[in-house]
Amino acid sequence: MKDRLFKISLIATCALVLLIMGGIIYTLAKGALPTFEEYGLGFITSSDWNPNPNNEHYGALPFIAGTLITSTLALLLCIPLSFPIAIFTGYYFKGTKVASIISDIVDMLAGVPSIVYGLWGFYTLRPIIVDLGLSQQGFGIFTASIILTIMIIPYATSLSSEFIKMVPNDLKEAAFAMGSTKLEVIQKVIFPSASSGIIASYILAMGRALGETMAVTMLIGNVNLIPTSLFSSGNTMASVIANQFGEADGIKLSSLIAIGLLLFFITVVINTIGRLIMKKLKV
Amino acid sequence: MGNTINNNNIALHIEDLSIAYTKDKYAVKGINADIYKNTITAIMGPSGCGKSTLLRAINRMHELYPEIKVTGNILMKDQNIFKINAMEVRQKIGMVFQRPNPFPSMSIYENVLAGYSLNGIKLKKEEKDRIVQEVLEDVGLWEEVKDTLHKKRTALSGGQQQRLCIARSIAMKPDILLLDEPTSALDPISTSKIEELLMKLKDKFTIVIVTHNMSQAARISEYSMFMYLGDLIEYDLTKKMFTNPNDKRTEQYLTGKFG
Ligand SMILES: Nc1ncnc2c1ncn2[C@@H]1O[C@H](COP(=O)(O)OP(=O)(O)OP(=O)(O)O)[C@@H](O)[C@H]1O
Ligand SMILES: [Mg+2]
Repeated sequence: MKDRLFKISLIATCALVLLIMGGIIYTLAKGALPTFEEYGLGFITSSDWNPNPNNEHYGALPFIAGTLITSTLALLLCIPLSFPIAIFTGYYFKGTKVASIISDIVDMLAGVPSIVYGLWGFYTLRPIIVDLGLSQQGFGIFTASIILTIMIIPYATSLSSEFIKMVPNDLKEAAFAMGSTKLEVIQKVIFPSASSGIIASYILAMGRALGETMAVTMLIGNVNLIPTSLFSSGNTMASVIANQFGEADGIKLSSLIAIGLLLFFITVVINTIGRLIMKKLKV
Repeated sequence: MGNTINNNNIALHIEDLSIAYTKDKYAVKGINADIYKNTITAIMGPSGCGKSTLLRAINRMHELYPEIKVTGNILMKDQNIFKINAMEVRQKIGMVFQRPNPFPSMSIYENVLAGYSLNGIKLKKEEKDRIVQEVLEDVGLWEEVKDTLHKKRTALSGGQQQRLCIARSIAMKPDILLLDEPTSALDPISTSKIEELLMKLKDKFTIVIVTHNMSQAARISEYSMFMYLGDLIEYDLTKKMFTNPNDKRTEQYLTGKFG
């Protein structure tokens, strides 16, 4: 009897979560509908974002570009930084005190609120960019990407380190037993067996970068144009919503909601790819 | 024991070898033994007595784990194996593990040559083909796999996998082959195939095999060691040990009184 009650409540909770999820998608879709009715798919391909009432028009391309560029850049910058840490903690110094301290610190980075990164980026990173003469005010795609990189390193690192740890000991021992060095074992045993997992880790880390809002909004410069260089200002899908939803109504509000819906889909797709790769590994 | 055998016939001279996993808790205690060339030596004893620990010291596997402490000497051709390069030692002393562990990301062909590719040794195509065919024939796998040599993730039975692992080890032309319960995960038919293979291989290699299976030791080995709680209790010709053991504990073990 108790068992049944428990089972029912479990099912109910799951149903509730699905319901909430469905509700979110439904309301987003409903809110975005006017925009798609007005512009069709042109909303996605148009780079014209013009709130001026005389020739009001909304196109999402600058923000889609901003999001994809910053996330991809963050991903690329993250790989050379997180891969060595993952090898260090997951293999070279696996199980040692140093490794666990380093993993703890890296994990701690994941817990720092976005606004703190934004603040640090604003007061420390931005002036450095200015001093280096990379851009006049230090805002822009590059600055935002660096902050994103720092923010996703913990995810990429701890996940890929898990995959490196998962490489069966007997495979490593087999390679050592044939006279391999540690480096050869990394290159020829660990990397081939963990590579899909490592790739999945990076994809999931990129999934986090896509939706990252606060710190990016503070650093990207908030310009509604397709960025023309690494150091030009821009906006991401998340940052334009954060910036503009307060004073938006009508078709503009609908367009922001549509951007939210698109971001939702992009994130779902990226995460699904990452998860599929991981699932395939478990078999 | 073995006083009729001269020095030239000694493949390994083990001297006062002790191994501790944790401080002052010795899993192998002061072992002295000579392993004879081109023979099969079986290491027996109840679970936890230190068989694997002893075997793994011979190709310096313990060094992968810094917390493990190994003391004593092992001489191979008058060279102390602890004083030369570990990678070199492991190329001369191959090891086959209890659980078959072929590299899943490699084809059969690549697995056989793994020792070369892992060590960055480049071979010509013809030479590779020759080695692969030769060792796969040696382990009796050639006929079974010659059509799927280059296929990745071929489904091999446990016995086939273990023979592939043996092939991978002997492809490196080691002097000594160590095997840790290589048949304990296999069915009787695969087991007898591997036993036949080992008897054939001892003409080329010196074989040391850990086994739980007393009849296996009796069938294939010339020499047997009996270990108990980290001590080498008895080491003698297998025939002698099985018919007339010196130590009471050996007798008890062989008659199934414990272990
Ligand atoms: N990695 C390890 N860390 C700590 N202690 C270990 C480790 N491996 C083995 N031991 C201990 O060392 C002793 C010898 O173990 P070993 O594996 O050599 O036994 P074995 O004779 O091979 O046993 P089995 O027949 O079960 O394989 C045991 O008491 C075991 O608990
Ligand atoms: Mg063992």
